[in-house]
Amino acid sequence: MADLERRQDRSPVPSAFEYAAAPESREIVRLEERYGLFVGGEWVEPRSGEFHPTVSPATEEPLAEVAYGGAEDVDLAVAAAREAFDDGWSGLPASERAKYLFRVARILQERSREFAVLESLDGGKPIRESRDVDLPLSAAHFFYYAGWADKLEYAFPNRTPRPVGVAGQVIPWNFPLLMLSWKIAPALAAGNTVVLKPAETTPLTALLFCDVLRQAELPPGVVNIVTGDGRAGAELVKHPDVDKVAFTGSTEVGKAIQKAVAGTGKKLTLELGGKAANIIFDDAALDQAVEGIVNGIYFNQGHVCCAGSRLFVQESIYEATIAKLKRRMGTLRVGDPLDKNTDVGAINSQQQLEKIKELVATGEQEGAEIYQPPCRLPEKGWWFAPTVFTNVAQSYRIAQEEIFGPVLSVLTFRTPDEAVEKANNTPYGLSAGVWTEKGSRILSLAQRLRAGVIWANTYNRFDPASPFGGYKESGFGREGGLHGLEPYLRFDE
Amino acid sequence: MAQAPALPRGFELPLEPRLPRIGSVDQVAVEERADALARRSIKRESKLFALELAVRMMDLTTLEGADTPGKIAALCSKAMRPDPSDLTVPPVAAVCVYPNLVPHALERLEGSGVKVASVATAFPSGQSPIEVKLEETARVAELGADEIDMVIDRGAFLSGNYARVYDEVRRVKEACGEARLKVILETGELGTYDNVRRASLLAIAGGADFVKTSTGKIQPAATLPVTLVMLEAIRDVHEETGRRIGMKPAGGIRTAKQAVQHLVLLHETLGPEWLTPDLFRFGASTLLNDVLLQIRKERTGRYQSPDYFTID
Repeated sequence: MADLERRQDRSPVPSAFEYAAAPESREIVRLEERYGLFVGGEWVEPRSGEFHPTVSPATEEPLAEVAYGGAEDVDLAVAAAREAFDDGWSGLPASERAKYLFRVARILQERSREFAVLESLDGGKPIRESRDVDLPLSAAHFFYYAGWADKLEYAFPNRTPRPVGVAGQVIPWNFPLLMLSWKIAPALAAGNTVVLKPAETTPLTALLFCDVLRQAELPPGVVNIVTGDGRAGAELVKHPDVDKVAFTGSTEVGKAIQKAVAGTGKKLTLELGGKAANIIFDDAALDQAVEGIVNGIYFNQGHVCCAGSRLFVQESIYEATIAKLKRRMGTLRVGDPLDKNTDVGAINSQQQLEKIKELVATGEQEGAEIYQPPCRLPEKGWWFAPTVFTNVAQSYRIAQEEIFGPVLSVLTFRTPDEAVEKANNTPYGLSAGVWTEKGSRILSLAQRLRAGVIWANTYNRFDPASPFGGYKESGFGREGGLHGLEPYLRFDE
Repeated sequence: MAQAPALPRGFELPLEPRLPRIGSVDQVAVEERADALARRSIKRESKLFALELAVRMMDLTTLEGADTPGKIAALCSKAMRPDPSDLTVPPVAAVCVYPNLVPHALERLEGSGVKVASVATAFPSGQSPIEVKLEETARVAELGADEIDMVIDRGAFLSGNYARVYDEVRRVKEACGEARLKVILETGELGTYDNVRRASLLAIAGGADFVKTSTGKIQPAATLPVTLVMLEAIRDVHEETGRRIGMKPAGGIRTAKQAVQHLVLLHETLGPEWLTPDLFRFGASTLLNDVLLQIRKERTGRYQSPDYFTID
């Protein structure tokens, strides 16, 4: 018989399997030093004369100077949009409008690597996400609404759908190009023209998108981009010649917009904050649920309005779930957003980082137990390690307020009724997640949870055909799907 | 936490007292996770590390009716010195052959450190009386195999007779003596990831040292999600009991890229502790040459013609 001892494998046990850096090349993106405003199909100097740098949150390196539009600039942009609306766009055969949208969708697909790199550069999100989520979804939204453009009468039978006019749209910094697509695609499909204001920290993909519009030969003035800060947004929202306002952002600003729009007859949709419950039942597929928890809160550094920031775990599996979650958090790779292996990128801005830090500090003061996996954060730039709070009470600020960062609060429940009651006990109502192997329980919870989007055994999945929007202080109106067309149409009944 | 897991019929029979909850597996999510891990970008030194590790973890396999001592001799030479032109390439972990060829393999591999694995228990179907399987296992152990790959009785498993499956694994393990036992689940016949998880836990409870996906005779064989499900079962057992069980995906892994993807899965599921041939093996007949080709490419920056690599 062979000598087993002698046959033992003597090769050394490797210490670790470090992944070599795999950065996506920046070469594909060519940035201008300075960007004006895109009005009437042309680049124009801002009348305000104001320019500010936009920086990479991962390195604090300035990327380009971007114009900050003022009241006069907004006025010119709205005038250009109105002219384009009256001067042909609204009267164009719907199938022609569809052609432009299909063209935009295809160009986005063709140039997706360029856009993905720029999105990560300007916003700090991992290239894996901008490449695999933001860009494919952006193109999908244009494809989807291009399909509806010449079928509106079938979408709303026995009603006569007509475009509203000029849409003023203000978008956030968490998914810059995707939010632009969510706004522009349905607006154009319905025959409106658009003035869009990107977020002040992430204007670059919207500005690159102007290049796509030109490539697609979209008629001048149909889409106008006015960059700037909150002042430009406020001017746009209150502009008398804007017929429809669409806003995605914080609940605080949303409330201000609703006040500004009150009594003007403008149509309004708001997609605001959230504090979603992600509910794990004891029969859930646990390893996959843990993936869902991680994807729910650490996706895009938690800069997601529908992030699963409140985790409800059934008490019988609490310890096992937390142990698995902590272990999994240890494998998250935090760092260079352009590295293809990065899971968690940079916090979008200094201001946002301060806000996260402040709320995390209150969590510790209020008595919650904090856990962060060991990870080395880069010296430059704005970073926050993935964080989980246990021993959280429903009354703590970290269980009530939207943190909009990679911070998870864990609570427990005993019965499905208690889960529903606790999940609904929030001013928000944007989204929720349910993890169970029991189909009937999924259906009953979906009925009882007061949230616009409910995911079952998955989280943070999006599709252009599925309407998205909130209850309560998470806003009103829906984006995506057939529902997403309605806010951009009026009906002569 | 101390909640008794709901046991499917058959599972209530004598199992290890601290087996983790059987639980379930979500198909969509597990496939998504495996796909996400497969997209890790492994380059340069990390790629070279993974490729060399893959060689050291390989069970170079031939399980054909046409196998002869001559074929085994050639295979053993390749196992000991996979790339004659590059002596820094390590030998593989083991060769895996049918029982009749074990003595020939042992003779050729004498003193090399490369182990001899063989199959038993009416491989590949497992549809024989238990007495025959035990006899076969004992004979293979006597012949001197270091490792024995058994198959579970899928007929028993799929008809809900889990106790019989467990019992067979336990008795085969006894018959193995000092040889290490790898239990083949033949995941391609089990139908669901839930079954893969159950069968893994059952095999581990019965005393498996390794769990192995496939015989190589059935498609699909080793896929990334199946490997992930099994690794997660292994992880749960380790966390619950401290036992370290090995994993062997086999069948269908033909390219270096697939091998690296499996290693990424292993690394991110069980951590660096499992990155050793003691706890992970690839069962493959054609994978080795692609790995060698890629190693040379990493070292020289150039792809060589496949003709520069010996076919066995």
